[in-house]
Amino acid sequence: MSRFLTQRLGFTFLAIVAILVVLPIILVVGAIVIQGLPAINVEFLTTAPRDGMRAGGIWPAIVGTFWLTVGTAIFSVPFGVAIAIYLSEYARDNNFTRMIRLAIINLSGIPSVVYGLFGLGLFVLALRFGSSILAGALTLSIMTLPVIISTSEEALHSVPQSFRTVSVSLGGTKWQTIYKIVLPQALPGILTGVILGLERAAGETAPILFTAAAFFLPELPGSIFDKTMALPYHLFVISTQVPNMPIKIQFGTALVLLVFVLTMNLLAAVIRSYYRRKRQW
Amino acid sequence: MLMNRTPKIVIENLSLRYSDGTESLNGISLTIYAHEIMALFGPAGGGKSTLLRVLNRLNDLVEVKKMTGRVLLDGQDIYAPDVNVIELRRRMGIVFAQPLPLPLSIRANIEYGPRLAGIRDSSQLSHIVESSLRAAAMWDEVKDRLDESGFAISGGQQQRLCLARVLALEPEVILMDEPMSGLDPLSTAKIEDSMQQLKQQYTIVIVPHSIQQAARIADHAAFFLQGKLIEEGPGKQLFTNPHDKRTEDYVTGRFG
Amino acid sequence: MSSASLKTRRTSFVEFFAERAIRASGFVAIAFVVLIFLFLLLEGLPAITEVSISNLLSTRWYPTESHFGLLPLILGSVLVTLGAAIIAVPTGVLAAIFVAEVAPRWLREILKPMIEVVAGIPSVVLGFIGMIALSPLVRVAFNAPTGLTAFTGALILAYMALPTIISVAEDALDAVPRSYRDAALALGATRWQTIWMVTVKAARSGILTAIMLGIGRAIGETMAVMMVTGNAARMPLSLDSLFMPARTMTATIAAEMGEVAQGSTHFHVLFMIGIVLFVITFIVNFVASIAIFRQTRRSARLLS
Repeated sequence: MSRFLTQRLGFTFLAIVAILVVLPIILVVGAIVIQGLPAINVEFLTTAPRDGMRAGGIWPAIVGTFWLTVGTAIFSVPFGVAIAIYLSEYARDNNFTRMIRLAIINLSGIPSVVYGLFGLGLFVLALRFGSSILAGALTLSIMTLPVIISTSEEALHSVPQSFRTVSVSLGGTKWQTIYKIVLPQALPGILTGVILGLERAAGETAPILFTAAAFFLPELPGSIFDKTMALPYHLFVISTQVPNMPIKIQFGTALVLLVFVLTMNLLAAVIRSYYRRKRQW
Repeated sequence: MLMNRTPKIVIENLSLRYSDGTESLNGISLTIYAHEIMALFGPAGGGKSTLLRVLNRLNDLVEVKKMTGRVLLDGQDIYAPDVNVIELRRRMGIVFAQPLPLPLSIRANIEYGPRLAGIRDSSQLSHIVESSLRAAAMWDEVKDRLDESGFAISGGQQQRLCLARVLALEPEVILMDEPMSGLDPLSTAKIEDSMQQLKQQYTIVIVPHSIQQAARIADHAAFFLQGKLIEEGPGKQLFTNPHDKRTEDYVTGRFG
Repeated sequence: MSSASLKTRRTSFVEFFAERAIRASGFVAIAFVVLIFLFLLLEGLPAITEVSISNLLSTRWYPTESHFGLLPLILGSVLVTLGAAIIAVPTGVLAAIFVAEVAPRWLREILKPMIEVVAGIPSVVLGFIGMIALSPLVRVAFNAPTGLTAFTGALILAYMALPTIISVAEDALDAVPRSYRDAALALGATRWQTIWMVTVKAARSGILTAIMLGIGRAIGETMAVMMVTGNAARMPLSLDSLFMPARTMTATIAAEMGEVAQGSTHFHVLFMIGIVLFVITFIVNFVASIAIFRQTRRSARLLS
């Protein structure tokens, strides 16, 4: 009897811990929505900041984050998916493959600010891109690679081996099999991974601090060699660097960033569950 | 017919071992004649499926530790270094134990092989689709639902779709690895019927799922036990009056 | 027809280049890690010639007067990370056990996406909330002069490390074969006993990986830490250091890189800190990955 009492107490304790884990996120999201909504209006979303950023909107930061995310996608998706295909379809179990996996694990562990240093050293200084959308997007791309690689590899692995065997038995080459059967089937999973990777990139501040971000730049960027404002950096600036900042604008900015990021999260979840239901294997 | 049997596949002293030490073949020599049904039978793990996968080199996909001996198709060594494996697989289609439609429509499943072979002409493709499905005895069942998914039909239909898909390659040899193991008797009967038609045009190597089936369909049969070819001969003789004691024990159901 | 040669070979250019590109891309992953390390060395190594070792190992970080003692920063990182680990490891592992082993299916379907949302919240947003909501609480609760303390940082970091710990540990628990549990239950163990004596034990290398990855994430976290720890570069030697401001290596780089002249000593020392961070996270992740490899090897043996 007491064994079962122990179990009941134990399970209750675990449940309390789990609640303690998810409760803060509800409070945080709730607070940001409630406090941030009053700041949201057309002017806030479509104009540049004014009066030392204490008034006006955040349009340049929204645009900047959009372009940084697009740039990140352009660089990281082809490389990430190619590496995932290599690991899933071509790599043999040898030391070279193990080195690639070790490299990816370590890429995923490198602190974001160290990516910032690297981007500063390579893209901004050595390649003379300057602090720019290009340098920032490249830096974010490399940081995003591990996420894209690992989720894409998982998606490729989940395609049944029998499809590959059948395709090859019908006279398909390895590449035709990948291109015509494996990739289309893995696509929803890859897409999910890409979105989750880009979500992370969109919310990052440290990698763009010295590679792309502008403190205050009311004009929209004209080319990929321009600096840009970005939502996460803007939130950092207005919550730490600007005295007497109206809290409404801070919360409003946090809300827009949160919506940006959580929409991507939701999109990934929807794609995943939609295709999981639709697929026949 | 017995007068002019032409050898289609000649296997000479073939031995094989997988890297993980599992199922292997041991000194197999066997000749398979054109336009006959050759049944490879015996207890599980005897090397029958391995032999099928050697014939169309699907074994290239898995780790083979060591392979010796030769396999000749129409006199050409299929393991010669300059052989085009893709072409070889097109000439030797295989039907697997499980119905394995590709995640495509019925039509696209059948067009898959021909398209890979470079056929683009749509009237030619639709001709291939129809004739392959007819040959697999399922045209009437699916002619109105060609654009549905290959998974939308019953298991028996799926397996016949897989047969049709192989026929669309216009192969010379059809390999069948227990193709009726998961099917109902009706679907089995349909496939067995079409096999008798098919052998006019093709050479068929089948691993049957039972001795009864082997006896029903085989012109020629070979008994495999633990990687060795114990006995081969005309089906009638092998199933009624085997020479080897082990074949007899197996055929009469004393083990297996 | 039957005498046609098998030797006609047809190579498609697309296929040729696609396969070459894919094989080459494998090198890219390795190349990036090497490149990152090289560029950190390139900009960081000059610091050794410009600043004496005794200066680098001193206890004072005050760059404007050429005091480049890294110890307060390293210890600041250690303090905050250790604090975060003490909070996050038990919480994360217990929560993972709840999600994987105890929670009914419907609850799991709610909890897992929520934990994913935590992972998706940008670190500035948590830093912002930490500043305006958490730090006043800390200040009142511990009657401290400021709420921007190492402890506040540890709390936020712990929360940021949780999703990593929970999801990796949960995967490890999930991977324990059903039959292990069934065997224990069949012998009369309660589910509670089974969890601790069988499941957790079988998943321990995966749980260790989860912990290492979580700690790795905490060491490298930058923005939130910079926003809530108060950024005072002081040696955390006394017990109450936890409730005083602290400064981590990551925050130092982030806060100061924007203001230094490129090529200056200060600039090089900041890259030096980057090298230290790179090496630490490399080791942590290497150890974590060894645990992953061992786990997969073991499960591969069991399955074959």
